[in-house]
Amino acid sequence: MRASTVFHLGVKELRGLLRDPMLLILIAYAFTLSVYTGATALPETLNKAPIAIVDEDSSPLSVRVTSAFYPPYFVAPKVITKSEMDQRMDAGLDAFALDIPANFQRDLLAGRAPAIQLNVDATRMTQAFSGAGYVQSIVSEEVAAFADRYRSSAALPVDLTLRARFNPELNKGWFGAVMNVINNVTMLSIVLAGAALIREREHGTIEHLLVMPITPAEIMVSKVWSMSLVVLLASAFSIVVVVQGVLRVPIEGSIALFMLGTALQLFATTSMGVFLATLAGSMPQFGLLLMLVLLPLQVLSGGTTPRESMPEIVQTLMLAAPNTHFVMLAQAVLYRGAGFDVVWPQFLALFAIGVALFAFSLGRFRKSLA
Amino acid sequence: MTSASAAQGGNATPVARLDRVSLSYGATRALDGVTLDIPAGCMAGLIGPDGVGKSSLLSLLAGAHAIREGRIEALGGDMADVRHRRDACPRIAYMPQGLGKNLYPTLSVFENVDFFGRLFGHSADERRRRIANLLERTGLGPFAGRPAGKLSGGMKQKLGLCCALIHDPDLLILDEPTTGVDPLSRRQFWDLIDAIRAERPGMSVLVATAYMEEAARFDWLAAMDDGRVLATGSPAELLARASAATLDAAFIALLPPEKREGYRPVEIVPREADARSTLAIEADGLTMRFGDFMAVDHVDLRVSEGEIFGFLGSNGCGKTTTMKMLTGLLPASEGRARLFGREVDPRDIETRRNVGYMSQAFSLYSELTVRQNLELHARLFSLPEATIPARVEESARRFDLADVLDALPDALPLGVRQRLSLAVALIHGPKLLILDEPTSGVDPVARDALWRVLIELARRDRVTIFISTHFMNEAERCDRISLMHAGKVLITDTPAGITARRGAATLEDAFVAYLEEAIADGAPAAPPAPATVAAPTPERPAAPERRRLLFDHRRMLSYTRREALELRRDPIRATLAMVGSMLLMLVIGYGVNMDVENLSFAILDRDGTTTSRDYALDIAGSRYFDVKPPIADYDDLDRRMRAGELSLAIEIPPGFAEDVARGRNVAIAAWIDGAMPTRAETVRGYVQGLHAHWLTEKARALLGARAAAAAFSVETRYRYNPNVASLVAIAPAVIPLLLMLIPAMLAALSVVREKELGSIVNLYVTPVTRLEFLVGKQIPYVALAMLNVLLLWLVAILIFRVPFTGSFFAFVSAGLLYVMASTALGLLISTFMESQIAAIFGTAVLTIVPAVQFSGMIDPVSSLQGFGAVIGQIYPTTHFMTIARGTFSKALDVHDLRGSFLPLALAAPILLALSATLLKKQAG
Repeated sequence: MRASTVFHLGVKELRGLLRDPMLLILIAYAFTLSVYTGATALPETLNKAPIAIVDEDSSPLSVRVTSAFYPPYFVAPKVITKSEMDQRMDAGLDAFALDIPANFQRDLLAGRAPAIQLNVDATRMTQAFSGAGYVQSIVSEEVAAFADRYRSSAALPVDLTLRARFNPELNKGWFGAVMNVINNVTMLSIVLAGAALIREREHGTIEHLLVMPITPAEIMVSKVWSMSLVVLLASAFSIVVVVQGVLRVPIEGSIALFMLGTALQLFATTSMGVFLATLAGSMPQFGLLLMLVLLPLQVLSGGTTPRESMPEIVQTLMLAAPNTHFVMLAQAVLYRGAGFDVVWPQFLALFAIGVALFAFSLGRFRKSLA
Repeated sequence: MTSASAAQGGNATPVARLDRVSLSYGATRALDGVTLDIPAGCMAGLIGPDGVGKSSLLSLLAGAHAIREGRIEALGGDMADVRHRRDACPRIAYMPQGLGKNLYPTLSVFENVDFFGRLFGHSADERRRRIANLLERTGLGPFAGRPAGKLSGGMKQKLGLCCALIHDPDLLILDEPTTGVDPLSRRQFWDLIDAIRAERPGMSVLVATAYMEEAARFDWLAAMDDGRVLATGSPAELLARASAATLDAAFIALLPPEKREGYRPVEIVPREADARSTLAIEADGLTMRFGDFMAVDHVDLRVSEGEIFGFLGSNGCGKTTTMKMLTGLLPASEGRARLFGREVDPRDIETRRNVGYMSQAFSLYSELTVRQNLELHARLFSLPEATIPARVEESARRFDLADVLDALPDALPLGVRQRLSLAVALIHGPKLLILDEPTSGVDPVARDALWRVLIELARRDRVTIFISTHFMNEAERCDRISLMHAGKVLITDTPAGITARRGAATLEDAFVAYLEEAIADGAPAAPPAPATVAAPTPERPAAPERRRLLFDHRRMLSYTRREALELRRDPIRATLAMVGSMLLMLVIGYGVNMDVENLSFAILDRDGTTTSRDYALDIAGSRYFDVKPPIADYDDLDRRMRAGELSLAIEIPPGFAEDVARGRNVAIAAWIDGAMPTRAETVRGYVQGLHAHWLTEKARALLGARAAAAAFSVETRYRYNPNVASLVAIAPAVIPLLLMLIPAMLAALSVVREKELGSIVNLYVTPVTRLEFLVGKQIPYVALAMLNVLLLWLVAILIFRVPFTGSFFAFVSAGLLYVMASTALGLLISTFMESQIAAIFGTAVLTIVPAVQFSGMIDPVSSLQGFGAVIGQIYPTTHFMTIARGTFSKALDVHDLRGSFLPLALAAPILLALSATLLKKQAG
């Protein structure tokens, strides 16, 4: 392999990219506006959960409970009748409906242990699951405080001080911003490397390269380095300017370490792009293959839902995907301020996956040319 | 066509009239104030070197390119006027430059012609009759079922002609129709045009050509140079004006003096006989099979060093394949080849340095400028960096590229591009040049210039040249030539030898005679000599009532049919779309779990009493947490949390048990890993719940009945999904996601692909409207996506066992509206994109993020904020997700869900209308 050939072929790729203004606009969009919109759209914890209350008691206590729900966690609750409740939940207007039964206050004070009914729209995924807990604890607090005014305290004086480390406000935007950058890194690197190869094939230029003193390895390395460089620069810009600057997400760890990890991730994903290109016969096929690979990579890597709760087999299989390690690495370095001493296993895994993918893709690429 | 009918001047009104027409591409001025009347009812020709604006003129005239400056009248109306263009384009047929550029390679010959027939609204009978007639006369009949992409160049051009003639045009515009076509096919092509003109004398034909011998037979010529018309008139008039014997000479004489200066006729330097010692190329029994098809059949070749060896033959006879085997691009099925005594081996990098290769199609980087292409190749051949600028300058001078050094190849005419290819092939000074039709589409002056270089290289530098060509005057300049047909070499000799052996007057006659003999031997059912029998074409339907509908379902269905055929020819794409979405549904359905479990947790117990252990056990005992070894100290806690090892750490302070027993205030500290907020929230909820539970239990134990006084309970009912099963919640949400991504990708690429590969020109020059084009292309993908809707529905019910409680009709009808919207979104994206790469990336960016993040799949739309919330409200996925969840889990029907149906139904029409507005009906 000759360094100058690899260099010049790579420069050629970069020049080609400059000739596609629409593609440049898209790259810019993906790493700036898309990241910004994605991050700011995400609700901060439970945000504006629609709640309705059926107040059959109309007592001071039930009014107290009703007034305990207010923005930004909840929308100001709608007081509705029992018959409206089903209809509104069917239409998806309310995520929660709290039914305070008649004589609730009287029964409570009389020690008859009355029950409040909380209806949750369980099709609402995250909001349903975490929101139900909130509603319960708010109701409990209000009822306990109310009860305290009438009776002496019966509770134990044990407090639970909860602190969320690394993101004390549990601001989802912080998380979403970095995950969007990561998803874009994966998507763009696969698209650019793979499509660059298919383009050469569809336009017949690959043939031209092969009658010259150039090896398939040189062609592949040139695509890997040039496309990685583009994505690396774009993601560095995105992390420093958009995430840190505009979105004001505090970055705990070393950005340089994260970029080093990104470079390894890019080595693996651009190789994957080349691999997909050898599988696909044409651009439309490549487009479909891309969707097939990209979605599982994004959804199952731990960047969307926690890895711990995935089935064991999915967790194990996803260890073979570079994204899984990259997401771990990004979280550890950017949020938890971890250093190389902590994240070296992820670096090692990324490197190993990258080398394996590169070798495999190169083998397939060579074969596809013969 | 020798008839003087047109020259009689009987047709007073010209078929087209140009008035001060100009056109620029960036800084290049392609046409410069052209004023020209093109006579009707005759064979008119545009001649001139490459890049003088012939093609630009024709595409303006055909309506393919928007008129920028000046006025063009064709068929009695202004071509800048949309209404006139709509009326006129069914009467104009346009065949763009490039072999089969407006054809569809995966469609068969018959299907290609049929597509155009449908586009012009012929009935089924009419089409069958016309197609049979056209194919019969072009000799394409026996190949009706062959895909257009597998035809040879000559056959592609004939097929293009069939497609152009299917609707009886009044004006036939042919842009270099015989470029790259062998002499026999070329003769047949012009005979065919003659025969058709004989039947339809009213038809005007306008041809751009670089072959002067062809132009000599036209009725009227316009000689062009530098975007301007030099002279017009009949060939005889032009000859007289220039007082020249041939058109080639006449043309050169007509050029302005400063251009004429550089021209010298080609001098053939005879080869010295003693040079035959070393062999540059040796091939023995070289054979190439593609399946059953014998592309090259035991070819033997001997070419000595310094020889110019010509390789001639009909289109598709195996010339290109032989050349590819010689360069090592294709491994031979049988036989062997040696270059300079060394076996051809694709892995042998060093022999490649000795070879310069130029392929038939332009295969340089269109995204690099001419200079960048030259420099890149010089560097790839490792020329010393210091010598490169001089080398590039020299090449540019030699091949007359100096003026276009900073232009992009796509903006250059074919002939200039060919010169660039040759310059690139020669940049490293190879000892052997393999040139596959290097002069196709190059004008006579440039061709001669090129040959002077070749002869100089061969004679002075002793470079061996192995060249294929369709020009007989070029073949005559070779030292020896081989005639090839159907994979076999018919004869190898000097040009004079071949002519003499055949007793023919010219090499071309000898060539045609050899080919006809071989065809007669090889195939008994040879295509009938065209035009010998002018098959009686039925009268044109008297004054055809050409419908001027704004939306004609037949034209639309014509595109639908074609798209469906292409989809069927590419089963991998359809299978990927079906199987792929099913696979994705399984992966995401099983992989995404909203129940957060098995959270890692460890305790820092600084009390170490039964009470503190009891507290820890309470948490450890829950199914949500997974206990890790206890934490030693704060450093340990910090390290393990930073590494992401622990989601939750609990610290119990010293003296905890005692404080609790005495009723003193005491606080337990819990640290949650906030790196993943959703998970952290869930952990917080769990811990609070467990803490409260422990307190109640403890209180009951310590305080007895007094504690029960403030007791009440919250009964939580999870509606629609009582077991809070993740699958029930996720499956109906994944269906909308997949039905957005995949149909949008398919639809977007289908349009951009036409743009990138050139067949979009059919939209420009046929009567099809933008809406017909878009909807026509959309229908097959909607049908495919509907299959997907049903398939995913079945997967949810049968494999995931998600109960379906609502109205099936509501689900399916919403599904239809939704996939119409998602394919329309793909079409809208395609109107912005020029390259397939951008389309893939654009579709991914513009569908994945909104569908996954803003459409309520994970976070409900109502709780989103900012711009994301706005997108969420209008994005079709949001509404289909509500309907999918409603019909799956909430037992709802159309009436209950009307609030979501309305925006969903509006999405497709709005997106389509936008696409139709943004799509261009003309280039430029």
